[in-house]
Amino acid sequence: MSLLQLIGITAVKILIIFTMMMLTVSYLVYFERKISAWAQNRLGPNRVGWYGLLQPFADVFKLALKEDIVPTNANKPIHTLAPVIALFVAFTTYAVIPFGPDISLFGITIPLVVADVNIGILYVLALSSLGVYAITLAGWSSGSKYSLLGGIRSSAQMISYEVSMGFSVAGVLLFAGSLRPAAIVLSQHGWMWNALLQPIGFITFVVSAFAETNRLPFDLPEAEPELVGGFHTEYSSMKFAGFFLAEYANMIIASALIVTLYLGGWQVPYIESIGLPAGLVIAIQIISFFAKIAFLLFFFIWVRWSIPRFRYDQLMSLGWKVMFPLSLINIVWVAGLIMIFRL
Amino acid sequence: MLTEFGKIFVFLLVAVIFVIALVIVAWLIRPSRPTKEKLMTYECGENPEGSPWVKFNIRFYVVALIFLIFDVEVVLLIPWALVYRQFGLGGFMVGAIFLIMLGLGMAYEWRKGDLEWERAKIIPPVIKRPVFSSKETREAEPVKSKQLV
Repeated sequence: MSLLQLIGITAVKILIIFTMMMLTVSYLVYFERKISAWAQNRLGPNRVGWYGLLQPFADVFKLALKEDIVPTNANKPIHTLAPVIALFVAFTTYAVIPFGPDISLFGITIPLVVADVNIGILYVLALSSLGVYAITLAGWSSGSKYSLLGGIRSSAQMISYEVSMGFSVAGVLLFAGSLRPAAIVLSQHGWMWNALLQPIGFITFVVSAFAETNRLPFDLPEAEPELVGGFHTEYSSMKFAGFFLAEYANMIIASALIVTLYLGGWQVPYIESIGLPAGLVIAIQIISFFAKIAFLLFFFIWVRWSIPRFRYDQLMSLGWKVMFPLSLINIVWVAGLIMIFRL
Repeated sequence: MLTEFGKIFVFLLVAVIFVIALVIVAWLIRPSRPTKEKLMTYECGENPEGSPWVKFNIRFYVVALIFLIFDVEVVLLIPWALVYRQFGLGGFMVGAIFLIMLGLGMAYEWRKGDLEWERAKIIPPVIKRPVFSSKETREAEPVKSKQLV
């Protein structure tokens, strides 16, 4: 394949992913509001467009047209930089997640992933831990007590859960023997999903993902009743929208990671052996990937409207005294499984 | 040739341009009418009191230290996990020794109370001959050594 073709295909893939991310993020906000309305027996947004479907666009325009207030106390360059980091981190992580098998179009084999790097998981871990900087800098630079406390809480929470996240991922790597996301997906053929083989690691990873994305029940950095808005108390206009979009983009990435690492990625068990035409199989596989992500996103929202917030000491002791030992046990369990059954 | 990392670089570039464009567009179209009150730090309608960079709990610092230690251990564990299948029982033993040491470190920190968010009560030292002859000091109960842990 020539260089021009390669560049063209990459550009198309990047364009598709960006458009999808933006649309999914805006509609995720819409669905969060709708689902919360159903959970509380309300109607939810229903004025802008058919069933309120244009609400996300109205929100974005409203926020963009708002005045941007930077308090005199704030450190202006860092105050501006923080939401930029948050959005940047949220968007870039998606480059290595495979969303389908290799397809061949007009004689060219196209892997359905932007960049199939051999250290994909390390890339994801590295970038997602950069997200801590955005929140810490936002909290520090705002020059407000609420923001500072929110930022510090948040960084302590995120680094605490990052450890158990890292150890859970080590369990997956034991099985796959590779850091390449595509290889990790392929190692979960049939019903060999990591969620079924290492349920403890699955649970610790999901809980850590909730904590990393600052979602309820772990949304202490924001904790409206006690810290006003936490780290984004002093943010308004598009900068606030940046944090808001980044939170939802992080949810999508967390779901995509859970699907890739634990739920077999784009694979549907035994679909190849039924005897369907190849094109249909690939279509079903791609749809199954997005269906799994959609289910996990619904799960995120569902949990938010069902479980109350933790207290801070409960959060920390859950992270260090429950999740961390469990993820260690998970590694021993997986190593033992491989040892005994020669999987 | 465009390598896989080159593609990531293009992706990062697109993301940076997109985010910066978002900020600049918003900067161009929004109004700006600052007043003194508007630019004041929010503190529930009161005038801000004291420095915004308040003192915070030292426990956050301890958490950061513990994180540093265990995150380095994650980094050490990942290469082992990748080549585990090639080494059979030997690989299992090596990993087991490493994990046991990790678990011991964990148990030590747990015993020392560093994983406790709320630190055990600060127990004042036992004063045999009271410096101040106030009633409270004399009547304070002698502290047993076990509570000090």
